[in-house]
Amino acid sequence: MTIQHNKVLQKPETFYDTFVRKGDSELKATHYCPGCGHGILHKLIAEAVSDFDIQDKTVLVSPVGCSVFAYYYFDTGNIQSAHGRAPAVGTGYKRANPDSILISYQGDGDLAAIGANEIIQAANRGEAMTVFFVNNAIYGMTGGQMAPTTLIGQKTTTTPYGRNSHSEGFPIRMSEIIATLEAPVYVERCMLTDARNIAKTRKAVRKALKAQIDHKGFSFVEVLSGCPTGWKMTPQEAKNWIDSVLSKYFVPGVFKDVIEEREPIIIKQETPSFKDYHKLMDISHLSEKEDVVPTPEKNNFHEELKIAGFGGQGLLSLGYVIANVAMGHQYEVSWLPSYGPEMRGGTANCSVKISDKRIGAPLVANPTTLIVMNKPSLEKFENDVVSGGTIIYDSGLIDTPPSRDDVTVIGLPATEMADKLGSTKAANMIVLGIFAYLKKQILSDHYIRWALPQILKNKAFHEINQKAFQTGFDYADKHV
Amino acid sequence: MKKVLIKGNDAVVRGALLAGCRNYFGYPITPASEIAEGSALLFPRVGGTFLQAESEIGAINMLYGAASSGVRCMTASSSPGISLKMEGISYLAGSELPCVIVDITRGGPGLGNIAPEQGDYNQIVKGGGHGNYKLIVLAPNSAQEMCDLTMLAFELADKYRNPTVIMADGTIGQMMEPVEFPQPVTSFPKKDWAVKATAETRENLVSSIELDPDRLEVHNQKLQKKYAIIEEKEVRCEEYRSDDAEILLCGFGIVSRLLQSVVDEMRAEGIPVGLIRPITLFPFPRKIIDVYASKKNVRFFNVFELNNGQMVDDVKLVVNGRKPVLFYGRMGGNLPTIKEISAEIMKNMRQS
Repeated sequence: MTIQHNKVLQKPETFYDTFVRKGDSELKATHYCPGCGHGILHKLIAEAVSDFDIQDKTVLVSPVGCSVFAYYYFDTGNIQSAHGRAPAVGTGYKRANPDSILISYQGDGDLAAIGANEIIQAANRGEAMTVFFVNNAIYGMTGGQMAPTTLIGQKTTTTPYGRNSHSEGFPIRMSEIIATLEAPVYVERCMLTDARNIAKTRKAVRKALKAQIDHKGFSFVEVLSGCPTGWKMTPQEAKNWIDSVLSKYFVPGVFKDVIEEREPIIIKQETPSFKDYHKLMDISHLSEKEDVVPTPEKNNFHEELKIAGFGGQGLLSLGYVIANVAMGHQYEVSWLPSYGPEMRGGTANCSVKISDKRIGAPLVANPTTLIVMNKPSLEKFENDVVSGGTIIYDSGLIDTPPSRDDVTVIGLPATEMADKLGSTKAANMIVLGIFAYLKKQILSDHYIRWALPQILKNKAFHEINQKAFQTGFDYADKHV
Repeated sequence: MKKVLIKGNDAVVRGALLAGCRNYFGYPITPASEIAEGSALLFPRVGGTFLQAESEIGAINMLYGAASSGVRCMTASSSPGISLKMEGISYLAGSELPCVIVDITRGGPGLGNIAPEQGDYNQIVKGGGHGNYKLIVLAPNSAQEMCDLTMLAFELADKYRNPTVIMADGTIGQMMEPVEFPQPVTSFPKKDWAVKATAETRENLVSSIELDPDRLEVHNQKLQKKYAIIEEKEVRCEEYRSDDAEILLCGFGIVSRLLQSVVDEMRAEGIPVGLIRPITLFPFPRKIIDVYASKKNVRFFNVFELNNGQMVDDVKLVVNGRKPVLFYGRMGGNLPTIKEISAEIMKNMRQS
């Protein structure tokens, strides 16, 4: 890309010729105070955008502060953002539109105070944007209050006795901080005090933009700029103060430049075909080819299961399998993990409802079947089971059997049995076998055998799951 | 097409993808984290962006940036995270940016807990951010609706250039139910206003600042007109066995599922109860409630919520003294049982 150098004496095309959005009678003048640096920096940016021929694809994020109205002047796409959030807004924009050129323009309160986290994080991610940071050591628009960059001893309306490090801390050097991060490719501090420094700033502006054009990543240019109004100085005094005081603390210079070393990162946006969108969306569902899906008679079938034990016993999975199988049988189902205060405890439970009617409340308060795999769960839920219901419990892990005499109680050492089959983890499938046997009028065991590997996809467990299911089913056949 | 057993939160992710959303910005928080996790897994696979932001504030502002360019984009969080997003939500509404925000609500105030509560109603429906804005608010009560209403949310957001919220409590987010996935959306509305980094859209500006009081007032009046149109056209409400009901139960989200069971149980005993379930919380189904409030055979309204009584105010405004409006609420993440709800209704019947 060649840069045209023959336009210096005219207004860059990237600036509007008249500032119609500004809305007052001064349609050719900016609203900035005499001696303010915004106008100069605006012009340097506008010239660079024109010269790089990127005006159409440039988007400028105006911050909060005096430069909130940058969109009055820049004939580019414009977005105005909340205080401090420009780097986040820029991130969202650039991620959605990687081919754009995103310029974030921020003042010192915006960038170093309220938005300090946003700028650090965007820089750290290496967002492919260019940030221009105007540091004038004061809050200009709100009338001259202390900024994070206000110097020690500097008087502002909120530090009327001068900034005191014990109370307000020290001025923050943002360029130095940003430069310590790995991702940024270019960090420089410049100033706008005289022709030589403005030329340096012009060069920095172009370098930072070029880095983005070349897909090199995040660049950051800090510009020391005068605020004669806030500082209560004449424009000339302001320039002198930058030269003699401000730039001694915020020392100009290049803090990082690894543009040449970095490979361009070009993000390709693909639009995949939606032909196989189930696969794309990772939606696992039972095969549609199966012709053994039984459609059982539906006569007021309503089952409410509570499955409880320790986390890790596969009880939520057991509920998931049962719900899936019942869904395969065309029932309405719901599955709800114990959700709420217990969620981070050592015990786990889930509620499963199976019905031939629309399911209302998904939480099972009074189970028709209670499956329990540890003692605390039995103690907790035993009395909730409906009269005439069923309790299935692991008799190897629970030494005191249920005391209810109005329910069917089935105890079996499921965990021990699973151990013998080769995996403690398969205890839940033994219980599934028991449950399937008890509900064989409703759930087809042939269907469950077929569906199991499709529901629990981990191939390593397919064989043991089938074995365990059969073991439970046979046990129930003999003992129930 | 076969149904898939899936969590409500996962159904949101799929609904978003089917709606053509390819940009997700979020920050993890229980009980909404599956939405971030699912998006992290799937969005890159369809050429989209998933980005874990530095904070909820970062995420909502990334949404602002992405939405500015006219793409379909989404974030999800839960109550305390939504509080952090409020500044951004006000800006999104002020700038009229379409986007979808999912709030899987939990117990509050403050850090509260991770159990299901509906204490965000006022914040979301009445505006927790500053200014005279309204969000379109959808309140699903099943995994299927988590998918369907997410798709609808993108459509409404684009149609009205307005942020749209899916507000569901943790139970709806965490429960699995069969979901039938609709066909993906393939045609999208034009967005001539968007800043697309093209020559055609170079003049466009996304902004919510208007210093001149007269112009800001005009902008606000324009917004109010838009909200009035939304109120006219976009009400969604489910009525369940309510035609001949003398007692009208009212609740949204998970509560409506409990109330549905209550209606079935009480109807089986011959008690004439029915259910009105607002699906859109804004626009609120005023006209429907108004019809019942005028019916002679209606004895009272009984509103149930998982909060201190927030939606009940909206019901009272419509009923306007014509019938008693009674309220029962649970907080702290506790769900009332069917028995408790029935007992409350019976008590109110005896007293009315």
